[in-house]
Amino acid sequence: MHLTHDAALGINLLHANQEGADHNRAHFDEWGITCFNIMSSPGAGKTVLLEKTLATLSNTLKIAVIEGDMTTELDADRLRQYGVPVIAINTGRSCHLDSRMVAGGIHRLVHEYDPTQLDLVLVENVGNLVCPAEFEVGEHAKVALLSVTEGEDKPLKYPVMFREADCLLITKIDLAPYLDVDLNRIEANIRQINPDVTVIQVSAKTGQGLDQWFEWVRRQCH
Amino acid sequence: MTNDEMHETDMTKALIVTLHDWWEAQLERPKIAKVHLIVGKFTCVEPVSLEFAFEVQTRNTFLEGATLEIQETPLIAFCHRCQQEYRPEIGIQYACPDCRSPMDDIRSGRELKIDRVEYATEGLGIADCRF
Ligand SMILES: Nc1nc2c(ncn2[C@@H]2O[C@H](COP(=O)(O)OP(=O)(O)OP(=O)(O)O)[C@@H](O)[C@H]2O)c(=O)[nH]1
Ligand SMILES: [Mg+2]
Ligand SMILES: [Zn+2]
Repeated sequence: MHLTHDAALGINLLHANQEGADHNRAHFDEWGITCFNIMSSPGAGKTVLLEKTLATLSNTLKIAVIEGDMTTELDADRLRQYGVPVIAINTGRSCHLDSRMVAGGIHRLVHEYDPTQLDLVLVENVGNLVCPAEFEVGEHAKVALLSVTEGEDKPLKYPVMFREADCLLITKIDLAPYLDVDLNRIEANIRQINPDVTVIQVSAKTGQGLDQWFEWVRRQCH
Repeated sequence: MTNDEMHETDMTKALIVTLHDWWEAQLERPKIAKVHLIVGKFTCVEPVSLEFAFEVQTRNTFLEGATLEIQETPLIAFCHRCQQEYRPEIGIQYACPDCRSPMDDIRSGRELKIDRVEYATEGLGIADCRF
């Protein structure tokens, strides 16, 4: 008899999470929903961007939000004012959303709303630059934000999220004149890592660049 | 706890869940003594923190006492223009050092793989043989 002393696996460390993400995505596809995973370091402007997006696009697109927040419902409350379904997920000590948490959010969403009526689900991830990018949640596209106040070298130092992003928003560009920051330099640093990413410079405060962002969002929806 | 440490905790949790799913699907379930991982340099996993988190989080589980063995792989990109591989300097420079083309194809460095496990065999200590 051959005694088995070791076993070859060759499976991804995040296999269980990936399966959950694929499952979520299959549901989205079945319902005709496009899903974005929106990521950035804390305070880069995700919630404000969502507010602007809901204010402009929720007439023409049926949007729901899944809001990951470590402790509070503050961000979710801000977004509920726009009259769209907002599911808040308390992530507790976890520093990012994973596919199981988002599955729970989807479950709660379809309990209250007919998912076939929705066009777009926006997932606001926990503010963290280190790596929500490794944990897929079932999204069709990853959107990363980098604010001008974070410095030009952030993409070089935290490259994984910037590599994985399909759309990169350089936010708070209204502040650029007050800082010693070169927007072209930021963009060049991002392109070194991810040559095909769509880069859009925006200011939620002045509205600059937002039309370009809305246009990108509309193009992704099937 | 810093963000980075929490991140390793989550990564470890994900690893344990994946291992558990696999283990449950096996016909025989001998005790696991060692888990071999292949972890790329271009991931957010910090091996030392992962090893620490693994030890803490496997206590009182089916992985109790198991250790992690992590093999790191370097970041290697391929420049299509120069038709050659190069090693980007993580944190500093990712474009091709010769022609400045951006980092396009990644040939190595994104791995996050459970390569294999070693079982503890009674009386013999750890047995390690590939077959
Ligand atoms: N000047 C300026 N401030 C902005 C802009 N966008 C966001 N802010 C400010 O940045 C701060 C953080 O914005 P949020 O939208 O809450 O950021 P967030 O990424 O959702 O933050 P977390 O969810 O905590 O990670 C707020 O004080 C915003 O008013 C902008 O375009 N210009
Ligand atoms: Mg927010
Ligand atoms: Zn080259």
